[in-house]
Amino acid sequence: MAVVLGPDDVRRAVARIAHEIVERNGDPSRIALVGIRSRGDILAARLRDAVRANEGVELPLGALDITLYRDDLTRIGHAPIVRTTEIGFPVDDRIVVLVDDVLFTGRTIRAAMDALVDFGRPRAIRLAVLVDRGHRELPIRADHVGKNVPTQPSDDVRVHFTEADGRDEVELVKVEVAV
Amino acid sequence: MTAWTRRHVLATADWSRDEIELVLQQGEAMLEVLARPIRRTPALRGRTVVLFFQEASTRTRISFELAAKALSADTTMITASGSSIEKGETLLDTVRTLEALGAEIVVMRHSAAGAAQFVADRIASAVINAGDGWHAHPTQGLLDALTLRTALGALEGRRVVIVGDVLHSRVARSDIHTLVPLGAEITLSGPPTLVPSAWRCGQLPAGVRYEEDADRALDGADAVIALRLQRERMEAGLLPSLREYAMAWGLTEARVARMRPGAPVLHPGPMNEGIEIDAAVAHGPRSLIERQVTNGVAVRMALLHLLAGTPAAEAAA
Repeated sequence: MAVVLGPDDVRRAVARIAHEIVERNGDPSRIALVGIRSRGDILAARLRDAVRANEGVELPLGALDITLYRDDLTRIGHAPIVRTTEIGFPVDDRIVVLVDDVLFTGRTIRAAMDALVDFGRPRAIRLAVLVDRGHRELPIRADHVGKNVPTQPSDDVRVHFTEADGRDEVELVKVEVAV
Repeated sequence: MTAWTRRHVLATADWSRDEIELVLQQGEAMLEVLARPIRRTPALRGRTVVLFFQEASTRTRISFELAAKALSADTTMITASGSSIEKGETLLDTVRTLEALGAEIVVMRHSAAGAAQFVADRIASAVINAGDGWHAHPTQGLLDALTLRTALGALEGRRVVIVGDVLHSRVARSDIHTLVPLGAEITLSGPPTLVPSAWRCGQLPAGVRYEEDADRALDGADAVIALRLQRERMEAGLLPSLREYAMAWGLTEARVARMRPGAPVLHPGPMNEGIEIDAAVAHGPRSLIERQVTNGVAVRMALLHLLAGTPAAEAAA
């Protein structure tokens, strides 16, 4: 097991992504943040706080649960639990930044985009992630990345946030695959 | 959180509190889906839900259909009239045919108590009981629990009155089996001829009591659920007259005012206005009858999604 991001790294990554989001998308009044449960919503709330501190602008913040949009209901082997989605603002004509902790196969992001367009027609959808670990199975890339972490497909990337786990840390856990 | 392992939803009588809480919490998540501009998600795309209604039903049938559609499932409806049931096909043969046609989930209503269990024991499809005789109507119990919990918060120590024809009511049984594990105290009220004799004589399930007098039952109560009075009961000599029933047990404005201020009124529908409930109450500020309809769709979505995600082999193990 290796720590790939410590508390200071997480803090700096959040600060940088918050600046990037405003820098690249222009007028902050058009931007909204939507975090994917159950770690992306925490990261999205931090980005909102950072933008507020930097720009004095309060970005609308939503949380998205993608369970009903997964493509593996019959494969995961247990009944998945749906958590509530909260998008309390119109997404029409906004630049919606989807926020997740880890970008891996891209399937979660595909599901999140399908879910988001059921709420309206955003002007654009962007993607911000704390860690990009590679191994995409779909043509999806992130616009804002905290850190690129080379991994094996079998590895486990574990993101911990103070709000949920008591500390800010990203671990890379090597999982040996029996051949 | 508790893992869901059930393969069928037949009755809530043997459910744990955790299982009930899980379904209610999933129902709340589904309510959000129903409030979206596009009330449809792809969760059950390509899966088939058969609605097999041997007994008449409007709202339960449509509620299940809307729930299945909100999850993008394909639905097929079979009713007794116009199907081979009229030609004398047995229940088991009908259901085997449905299974052979690819039904993964069979939602069934039948006039015989135990019909859903009978079918569930014999086919590979998941079965949801949408009402079987006097036995159970588990989705009604769950939607009533969701409605009461939304209105009252936690049900611990809350006193819920169920008024009417308890004897013939699968709704009353399922309400008891859902609300009591959540901590509610149930008071049944109705004519002694329409209450099971053991219950009338004091041998009641835990958390339930019987009070013949509706006014006394309602005094200070937190909520009331009115049961539908079926006219056949009067013909069977169990009631002197509908008018007399309405006088003693009908929910009038004066009667519901005996409850705590704002205490809600529920009814599973269809209503006989002027008999078990007055129009002014049914459509008044305390009425949650429309909320029950929406909550019914949400609870049924929750169950369809949970069952669709439960592999047959594992659940059987």
